[in-house]
Amino acid sequence: KGHLELGSWGKRFRTKSRTLHSVHVLQMRFMLLFSRQGKLRLQKWYLATSDKERKKMVRELMQVVLARKPKMCSFLEWRDLKVVYKRYASLYFCCAIEGQDNELITLELIHRYVELLDKYFGSVCELDIIFNFEKAYFILDEFLMGGDVQDTSKKSVLKAIEQADLLQEVRARDSEEEEE
Amino acid sequence: MSDIVEKTLTALPGLFLQNQPAGGPAAPKASFSSRLGGLVRGITALTSKHEEEKLIQQELNNLKATVSAPTTTLKMMKECMVRLIYCEMLGYDASFGYIHAIKLAQQGNLLEKRVGYLAVSLFLHENHELLLLLVNTVVKDLQSTNLVEVCMALTIVSQIFPREMIPAVLPLIEDKLQHSKEIIRRKAVLALYKFYLIAPNQVQHIHIKFRKALCDRDVGVMAASLHIYLRMIKENSSAYKDLTGSFVTILKQVVGGKLPVDFNYHSVPAPWLQIQLLRILGLLGKDDQRTSELMYDVLDESLRRAELNHNVTYAILFECVHTVYSIYPKSELLEKAAKCIGKFVLSPKINLKYLGLKALTYVIQQDPTLALQHQMTIIECLDHPDPIIKRETLELLYRITNAQNVTVIVQKMLEYLHQSKEEYIIVNLFESILVLNTVDTYAPDNAWFIQTMNAVFSVGGDVMHPDIPNNFLRLLAEGFDDETEDQHLRLYAVQSYLTLLDMENAFYPQRFLQVMSWVLGEYSYLLEKEKPEDVITRLYKLLMNDSISSETKAWLFAAVIKLTPQAHSSNLVERLIQEFTISLDTCMRQHAFELKYLHENIELMKSLFPVDKSCEEMVVDASLSFLDGFVAEGLSQGAAPYKPHHQRQEEKLSQEKGDFFHETSSLKLEGIKKLWGKEGYLPKKESKIGDEVEAPPIPQENLTIENMDQVITKRDQSQVLTQSKEEKEKQLLASSLFVGLGSEGTINLLGKADTVSHKFRRKSKGKEAQREETTSAHSVTCSSLSSLSKVTCENNYLNTFSQLLDSESLTELPLVEKLSDCSLSAPSLFADNDMEIFHPPPSTAASVAKGISLYMHSNLMEVCNNEAVSISSYKIWKDDCLLMVWSVASKSGSELKSANLEIFPAENFKITEQLGCCLPVVEAESTRNFQYSVHLEKPFTEGNLSGFINYQLMDTHSVQLEFSINLSLLDFIRPLKISTEDFGKLWLSFANDVKQNIKTSESQAALPSALKTLQQKLRLHVIDIIGNEGLLACQMLPSVPCLLHCRVHTNVIALWFRSSCSSLPDYLSYQCQKVMEGS
Repeated sequence: KGHLELGSWGKRFRTKSRTLHSVHVLQMRFMLLFSRQGKLRLQKWYLATSDKERKKMVRELMQVVLARKPKMCSFLEWRDLKVVYKRYASLYFCCAIEGQDNELITLELIHRYVELLDKYFGSVCELDIIFNFEKAYFILDEFLMGGDVQDTSKKSVLKAIEQADLLQEVRARDSEEEEE
Repeated sequence: MSDIVEKTLTALPGLFLQNQPAGGPAAPKASFSSRLGGLVRGITALTSKHEEEKLIQQELNNLKATVSAPTTTLKMMKECMVRLIYCEMLGYDASFGYIHAIKLAQQGNLLEKRVGYLAVSLFLHENHELLLLLVNTVVKDLQSTNLVEVCMALTIVSQIFPREMIPAVLPLIEDKLQHSKEIIRRKAVLALYKFYLIAPNQVQHIHIKFRKALCDRDVGVMAASLHIYLRMIKENSSAYKDLTGSFVTILKQVVGGKLPVDFNYHSVPAPWLQIQLLRILGLLGKDDQRTSELMYDVLDESLRRAELNHNVTYAILFECVHTVYSIYPKSELLEKAAKCIGKFVLSPKINLKYLGLKALTYVIQQDPTLALQHQMTIIECLDHPDPIIKRETLELLYRITNAQNVTVIVQKMLEYLHQSKEEYIIVNLFESILVLNTVDTYAPDNAWFIQTMNAVFSVGGDVMHPDIPNNFLRLLAEGFDDETEDQHLRLYAVQSYLTLLDMENAFYPQRFLQVMSWVLGEYSYLLEKEKPEDVITRLYKLLMNDSISSETKAWLFAAVIKLTPQAHSSNLVERLIQEFTISLDTCMRQHAFELKYLHENIELMKSLFPVDKSCEEMVVDASLSFLDGFVAEGLSQGAAPYKPHHQRQEEKLSQEKGDFFHETSSLKLEGIKKLWGKEGYLPKKESKIGDEVEAPPIPQENLTIENMDQVITKRDQSQVLTQSKEEKEKQLLASSLFVGLGSEGTINLLGKADTVSHKFRRKSKGKEAQREETTSAHSVTCSSLSSLSKVTCENNYLNTFSQLLDSESLTELPLVEKLSDCSLSAPSLFADNDMEIFHPPPSTAASVAKGISLYMHSNLMEVCNNEAVSISSYKIWKDDCLLMVWSVASKSGSELKSANLEIFPAENFKITEQLGCCLPVVEAESTRNFQYSVHLEKPFTEGNLSGFINYQLMDTHSVQLEFSINLSLLDFIRPLKISTEDFGKLWLSFANDVKQNIKTSESQAALPSALKTLQQKLRLHVIDIIGNEGLLACQMLPSVPCLLHCRVHTNVIALWFRSSCSSLPDYLSYQCQKVMEGS
């Protein structure tokens, strides 16, 4: 009989613990790239977030991640999210996912993105991303669409980007010739 | 910083060169690039934030001028856009450029368009109004013959698109599913997935096309379609069981390496695809043996194939384990999965260890022995330097808590709480602690319980949810099943609080102090050695402390007031009165005056603040009828009659607008402090406190440690001897943590061990308690004011109403037409009763149908039975009363003699027998009905009818069988059919009102459906619907009306009840909330 009488207090906690590990449809919330000095290099938000909230989250999260020691776990609990981060040279790549998602595959997702950047720029460094951040965005958009992996084939992602680049160059040259 | 600058400067020329296409147009391009470059370089060279701000502001001003200048070419615009994006990324506002981003996407050539679209996707969010301007561009680009343009349009659509404009592009995107290029098909599928997420109804008709995408010859398109399937299967797995075979086949091919090599990632075939498929299979196989059987093979292969050489294989393994434990279990697979978890947990890599713990946490509910296998690792993780590992370990421990290890686990959690600074984690963690403490009945004894709660309150008092202290107090007040035990608990709490207050230089959170003051106020009388004066002295010290918030002071003062009548000397109280009657805080001053006047009459005060009555119902005469004489006198002397606030408001409004029906909001009450609410004080705000009185403190840790020791000694110690000291400690900890989990004990794993005393289960105080819980934030009832006078609401109806009743007979209510769906929905009202549905023999059914089919009735429910008879009952909600029918059915082979049914008289009800209840012989397998009409005499919240039947079997002597049935006030609520105008008149004449907002899901937001729910489940009559407002009325038998006005805002329904009876609106608002949130 005791269980019927728990009241909503008890019920609330029970439901909380029950849903904790149910399978969700998992969507990435956002991705950030920032430097060791705490400068934001790239941000992509997959869930509508207000400007003010974004700034606050970026500031807070950078602080938390930068304070982590090198040998620590690549995952951390932050607010109601799981943050997966990895440092490549001077740059931190940081993804926020839901707690039920697979942290390890997100880590690989970051790595795949870095590989793509590397292949595109030819041994990428932070400066490439600073000065060509729009390219970095194009590659990201080709790789992740709305926070979901769009294509796992490295070749086709780069092919799409190069195709667009190529067309662009041709068009750009054409239009410049016209102008002349 | 400086080395970065240097690097930047040296790298710059190279970068520009690299970006320059060979030949002619190099010059303009370089100049554009260098502008961003210049900006970046400029910023990097700066040393202060202030300088950066200045530079960016300057840059933004330049940009603003450039983008709005008519001479700016699109090419320049594109360059400006890049710099704008950069400025926004640095955190500056560049909103003036948004519209230009849209223009650029619209007008530019490919090169510019791409940047335009990118800027739009970064600048705007889904609900931004400017986004509507983009729709035409997207439509145009979707129709373009240029692949790149189509790709761009699809990309932007899947990132941000206004929901209401989906129909404009949907057909175009659907067409793209047949496109010859796989990249277009893939993006189209993902765009549709996005639509499915934001507006599932709009893409319902293309489900069949999703199936085609699933069978696409291109792997990318197929993989994209899995996103949609995962979502759809999650919502309704049963509709897609037929696809299980296909998913299994796909996974087999992927695992078997049948995909093109460029889908490999570090030589693992398409890991993302595998994970997606494993998730889908997990959902499909859940609780479904037949479907699960289809996937055993492929799961087995997945587990086998994933050779452990790379993180990505671990990622797949983790998902695989998850799936194996989600679907219908197969022991062989479970064994393999458990082994995998072992690899994770034992891995030296910290990321894998973390995932191992996570997997264990998930799996542990099904197989607690796994925790035993890894207990030493878990212990190590508990002291891991990385807090996230600790955190996950605690989560794991939380799931294996039982009566034996609860002390140790809670101890560990509290340790973590002391260290952690993250607010979110704190809140989460002590919610867990509280569950362990109170709800799950593991708490070993009073002292432990109070000490733990003290620790929780002192650490987290200021961040915890206000429900937590309130619930704790209610728990204390309502007690458990054993009254002497309850008193011990309370006494212990009082003593421990006094000790805490006596500690020097101790600071406690405000909430904790509030808890203390309430408990001290209520239960100090239990103290034997200390006098109430001593307690008041301590409270007085706190009251004089400046660092205590005025909210807490109100609590403290209330405690003093409660203790005053018990105290023998009143010096201190008088000093307090003196002190606070001149306080600048009006709230405190009022309390002081209240106390002053009450203090003049100690006898009255004693009756007002009786000892230990906090759980008694408080009856308040809301109509203030005791003032009638005074009012009559005033009126006779020519005073203007009093008009209630709302009436004045309505009159004012109707004068202004000529429209009487508006919600009132103009009178501002914010500045005025409401001191006493229905449930006690209504306080606010907080700060910090300190106090200084010396006395021997009770060491907090004492008790927990003792308990831990006891637990430890229970375990055998043979293994302990051989190990080092550190190892020993760990072993000890392990044995105390995992006690009760092992197979040796064969204790009911994870389940609640039966040896635990049940004293920490809350005793029910009926629905009333639950209602308080949901409706009030400050649910601690104050024991004062309870005996003022009795409710006299029935005297209160107004002439208008009786006239109404005369003019329209209530029996003509059109109930019959609703009978069919009402009797269908009826069980939801009675779901609480949790009884089996009794299928009546045909004769009963016939008699029900014959006699009373005109009225709504509940289902037949069995109330009691034995080997010879079965008694069931149902309720018939007649217009003027509740008709209870008990139907006695004798079972086969037994014949009843002189069956007789009697109902005990009950408080609040008048029960009348309808037909002759005595019958000589009940033949075998026949039924006999007894009918009683129940009239309401007094409003109540929880009622109960009980009675007994006695009968005689052929050969034995008479048998008596008792039964009882719950009645709810809802049984006496009937629709009230009045016109809109009468509603208006009645509305103004009722004094008792209750307002409540109920959040609803969007689907419910439509007013008609909400009203329909109320009509069907609560039997309210819908009078009228005007726009987004609805008018409803009902009456409590015999004739107490209650009116309801609903108004729908976006997804909130504002309910506003008014009635002549004070308790009815409260009750109905609670019921409304229940049915609306339940449905």
